[in-house]
Amino acid sequence: MANRFAQALTSLGEKVTSRIWRLGFAARFLFMTLVYSGTALRRFQLTIREIYFSGVQSLIIIMVSGLFVGMVLGLQGYDTLQRYGSSEALGILVALSLVRELGPVVAALLFASRAGSAITAEIGLMKATEQLSAMEMMAVNPIARVVAPRFWAGVISMPMLAALFSAMGIFGGYLVGVQLIGVDEGSFWSQMQATVDFREDIINGVIKSFVFGIIISWIAVFEGYDSEPTAEGVSGATTRTVVTSSLAILAADFILTALMFRGF
Amino acid sequence: MNRATLDLWVGLFVAIGLAALLFLALKVGNLATSSSGETYRLQARFDNIGGLKVRAAVKSAGVVVGRVTEIKFDSKDYVAVVGMQLDQRYQFPRDTFATINTSGLLGEQYIGMEVGGDPEVFKDGDTVKKTQSAVVLEKLISQFMFSKASEETGKK
Repeated sequence: MANRFAQALTSLGEKVTSRIWRLGFAARFLFMTLVYSGTALRRFQLTIREIYFSGVQSLIIIMVSGLFVGMVLGLQGYDTLQRYGSSEALGILVALSLVRELGPVVAALLFASRAGSAITAEIGLMKATEQLSAMEMMAVNPIARVVAPRFWAGVISMPMLAALFSAMGIFGGYLVGVQLIGVDEGSFWSQMQATVDFREDIINGVIKSFVFGIIISWIAVFEGYDSEPTAEGVSGATTRTVVTSSLAILAADFILTALMFRGF
Repeated sequence: MNRATLDLWVGLFVAIGLAALLFLALKVGNLATSSSGETYRLQARFDNIGGLKVRAAVKSAGVVVGRVTEIKFDSKDYVAVVGMQLDQRYQFPRDTFATINTSGLLGEQYIGMEVGGDPEVFKDGDTVKKTQSAVVLEKLISQFMFSKASEETGKK
């Protein structure tokens, strides 16, 4: 009995230690990525290539989801608002919820599963096929050559995609609210403009998506670099990227929202 | 894919992203309408500001002429001190009334400027002398109910 208890305690301790060890390694890895990002920024062509793969290829999914999220917001928001006779406030509801929350968060979740998983799988496979070791043999730093460009591509793409998501969502809300249901177009836009503040709402949303971009890229490149060089290892790392970055996005969103929008 | 096509796509991506941001800033946000440059500050002291909040509008004749920038409590006179920032283009006579109004029955509260006839206008940092507090709906209802109740007892 006591023996089994001791065993359970040991395995628990081992798990905790290995998690903390991994966290420390991840932090050191982020630091190394930042230190070696000189190449990625100097030879910007490397980063541009990665922006194409993670940013440009996510355009379609981001635009279509943004449009649909905005259209759903238009329908649901109208249904609730018209009970209080304030359906003109639909523009405010759609714009604020997209710019402040849904734009950055949903775009980040999509980006994590669309681009983050691809980055992890690519780097993990490079490691499994010993391409990273080969680079080291040729005195090419794999962090500078492979990791940093992907990291910066994610950080640059994320705010763009989030802004695009919000813009498409507002357009979707306009389509449903004004064109389909028939909310007055003038009050839809004017109430939106009177309420949405550039610094308070839009810039804070951009800051959020920037932070999410750092989180996703960091987790994706780290999981790929740290993955076991086997087929299962790569698939496990890809899954972990999506799960961890989704949770991290939501947790970071709570913290950022608490800091930014405390109300007055 | 060759380098030129790659650059073209990424350039297009960045352009679309910036266009979305511009759309958010100008069409959705108030960057185009607000802070068109010069402003001046005014203060007003109210007995009761009701539900007035920072960033609420300051309107005159229904047109937004400024924003509420700060709300403080004066613990000496027990009044609320409201700081406002008004557009330099709009000048008001020194005997202008500042009232706290509500847009609609349950809408947001804003400060209404009712213009007086003084030839001199407010300068930066001035205090609005004439103010009228917010109408508290609960007080109105209770007054109405008490007067109703006293009527009823008077009849019997």
